[in-house]
Amino acid sequence: MAMLHTVNKSPYEKSALESCLNHVSEGDTVLLIEDGVYAVVKGGRAANALASVKGVKIAALEADLKARGIGGDKITEGVEVVDYGGFVDLVEANDKTEAWL
Amino acid sequence: MSEGVKKFLYVNRKAPHGTIYALEALEVVLIGAAFEQDVELAFLDDGVFQLVKGWDTKDLGSKNFAPTYMALGDFEVTKVFVEKESLDERGLTADDLMELMYEDEDDDWAEKPSIRIVSREEMARIMAANDVILSF
Amino acid sequence: MKLGIVVNEGPYTHEASDTAYNFAVAALEKGHEIYRIFFYHDGVNNATRLTVPPQDDRNIQQKWTELQEKHDLDLVVCIAAAQRRGILDENEMKRQGKDAYNIAPGFRISGLGQLIEAGIQCDRLVTFGD
Repeated sequence: MAMLHTVNKSPYEKSALESCLNHVSEGDTVLLIEDGVYAVVKGGRAANALASVKGVKIAALEADLKARGIGGDKITEGVEVVDYGGFVDLVEANDKTEAWL
Repeated sequence: MSEGVKKFLYVNRKAPHGTIYALEALEVVLIGAAFEQDVELAFLDDGVFQLVKGWDTKDLGSKNFAPTYMALGDFEVTKVFVEKESLDERGLTADDLMELMYEDEDDDWAEKPSIRIVSREEMARIMAANDVILSF
Repeated sequence: MKLGIVVNEGPYTHEASDTAYNFAVAALEKGHEIYRIFFYHDGVNNATRLTVPPQDDRNIQQKWTELQEKHDLDLVVCIAAAQRRGILDENEMKRQGKDAYNIAPGFRISGLGQLIEAGIQCDRLVTFGD
């Protein structure tokens, strides 16, 4: 029963990502969208938090990264970048989706 | 799980009054109760503030919808999970919460509390065990 | 797969409508079925045809209307949320004694049961909001 979690808040303003990471189960995927993608910026406190979660896939939405000027070299390791089609695939690959609004 | 019945989990993570999400989430829960699905409510993060008793919205001038939480049992919404860590972090205990009750038809209509305080780990398992998650 | 999409925020203030729209387009391109898109909370504001964004910006309402036309989508606006926020169709205008209605082509107003039903019928329900 793997789950896709979407997080759309900056981790530096809201606790959505922290709360999400506190409730994920092994095999789940966390997809960062909208302001949620700020979490992947290398060296940031949130990127370190992402790295500390084991057994969970971390993905970020490409259009939101690009819009915010977060290029390849700024993205912390272990994050899979997906386009909207990849978002759809993640929804399909998991049994259900939970939005951490 | 019988055929055609899904497990619906309503996840409440926002405080009442500051935004409308809590009120409109309740409206979904009440309508959803008529569909005879398996329904559970989760309150975590600021969502736990929704269940704190003693609301007085008279001066604010908005609708006091606290009675709607109290009526959930009448709509056969009887599983209300509240996360302990979220209460602790906010300086709250179970005693600060409204007393939501339901009548158990399998136990001679005995009055029982709907609220169950669960750990963060249990909350994660509750989320994983549901079919459809509606987030507010 | 059969998809249900929930849009909980209005256009422009939040990115939710844009994300939901782009997600819907990608799902359709991949051949998935979108059973219903349900607009709730301020999401009902996606459905006003009186939107007039600047010419150099996207018209989100129009994009929904065009997508609906192209794929015969079921775009449902929650009636209770819509009435609170002044989104009316012709029937509701008459019923409520108002002098205008503003729902955009391609959207229909209905009850919250449509959201629950989407949850029951769909393989996946995906929520966009704030």
